[in-house]
Amino acid sequence: MKPRTPKLNNFMRNFLKVRRSIFIGLFLLAAINLGSYQKVFASTQEEKKDSTHQEVAKEKFNTVDFIFEHIGDSYEWHVVTIGHNHISIPLPIILYSEQKGLNIFLSSKFHHGAESFKGFKWEREGKYKGKIVELNERGEILEENPLPWNFSITKLVLSILISSLLLCFIFIGIARKYKTNIDKAPTGIQNFFEPIILFVVNDIAIPSIGQKKYQKFLPFLLTVFFFIWFNNMLGLIPIFPGGANVTGNIAVTMVLALFTFVIVTINGNKNYWSHIVNTPGVPWFLKLPIPIMFIVEFAGILTKPIVLMVRLFANILAGHMVAIVFFSLIFIFGAIAVWAGYTISIISVSFSFFMTLLELLVALIQAYVFTLLSAIYIGMATEEHHH
Amino acid sequence: MGLITPDYGLLVWMLISFGLVLFVLKKFAWKPIMQGLKSREESISKSLKMAEEARNEIKKLQVYNEELAEKARAERELALKEAKSLRDKIVEEAKNQAQAEAQKIIDKSRLMIIQEKENAQKELAQMASTLALEITEKVLRKQFADKDKQIEYFKDLLKEVSSKN
Repeated sequence: MKPRTPKLNNFMRNFLKVRRSIFIGLFLLAAINLGSYQKVFASTQEEKKDSTHQEVAKEKFNTVDFIFEHIGDSYEWHVVTIGHNHISIPLPIILYSEQKGLNIFLSSKFHHGAESFKGFKWEREGKYKGKIVELNERGEILEENPLPWNFSITKLVLSILISSLLLCFIFIGIARKYKTNIDKAPTGIQNFFEPIILFVVNDIAIPSIGQKKYQKFLPFLLTVFFFIWFNNMLGLIPIFPGGANVTGNIAVTMVLALFTFVIVTINGNKNYWSHIVNTPGVPWFLKLPIPIMFIVEFAGILTKPIVLMVRLFANILAGHMVAIVFFSLIFIFGAIAVWAGYTISIISVSFSFFMTLLELLVALIQAYVFTLLSAIYIGMATEEHHH
Repeated sequence: MGLITPDYGLLVWMLISFGLVLFVLKKFAWKPIMQGLKSREESISKSLKMAEEARNEIKKLQVYNEELAEKARAERELALKEAKSLRDKIVEEAKNQAQAEAQKIIDKSRLMIIQEKENAQKELAQMASTLALEITEKVLRKQFADKDKQIEYFKDLLKEVSSKN
């Protein structure tokens, strides 16, 4: 334990150094959050006013839509709304249908869902809400297979690509420093990340997997740790490169858990499989007429990655939801009376400030937990026989 | 896009991008980073070992130096002692020699003194006898200036000699 304390101390020192700027940043963050959501709400109100339901929009603030718009995926990346002008980044739509073949175009062609393009429409209401549907010649949704194969670069996909590039850029840069700065004390960004890398190595990989085999799984554990952490942190930034709810999306966490599952299954040794098929140290009647133990153990193989998937997804989603609910409170109260909205905004901003603080911690903790559990599952699958 | 129904498009893109990130980072980041860390760790432990060795070497040298100094001191002491004894011996010898020489000189002087004394005595005796003779001669001459007295004296002398015999 001893040799690790200086590294952690070093890390804490660095952290304390930037603590003040972090606090200032958080205040700004909360303020920007408030500002952007207010504008979004104003714009949705405006839109609704323009359409037929004038009186509805005035009184009712659709909290559910508001929340789901911010935690969900989208075919455009809304940046900011100034007055009536939406500034959003159009994203590429990639569709394949049997009738129309492959179609690639920008989502700006949909005009935020108001128009159809090439016989495709981005549905904003009804049964296929939020999805892209295929239309027939009369402009109606197809009866059979209305949903084309959709591999669009959505907001979340773009966010994943950005964070992936960021990860590669940062860590390849650090790796280059290890080549140029051989056997010297780490400097700069290398100095910031080295204790974290060593933490993953010394406190996650080695204790869970063991000194002999950890090196084989280290690249996966490090990548998963930093991928989750970076995306969690980017999710806390409210404007463009961040703000997407990547790790709070079940498809993303499913892929991460799938990687763990595949690695565990491929690397599971004889000992691991024999424990599942024929668990030692268990009375025979739990195995013979009905293989209860086998069913339980087999379910265990599947529940482990599912637990990983759901934990990360639910934690990050909840964090985003709570933050947005606090902001929604402002508009809910504001719809009742303007002064109530202003009053509650003070509470909302201060609460979301502390939520953001908490989420900063959660971002790291969830990355740690996912990596640690993955490492433990791998360690269990590769453990040698000890009886 | 429901909350808990994974979207396959996103799933596929995530699979591709995470797989690529994993591959790229494994090859171009984690491998050199771990190598760098390992090499640094090795160099640090090597340096520590070398420092330890150097310290031991210094300690050994110190011990050796001390031993050497001790030996030198002992040697010096021995040399001093030897020199002292030698000096004493020389002094003693010189003393003895000087004494012997002095003795010799004294003896010689004594001999010479004795000789001189003897010579002087001899000379003195000679001189005394000469003087006595001269005096006697003069006395005799004076006494025997008178013939009667000479004859009387001889008579006495003869008397004396004849009484003795």
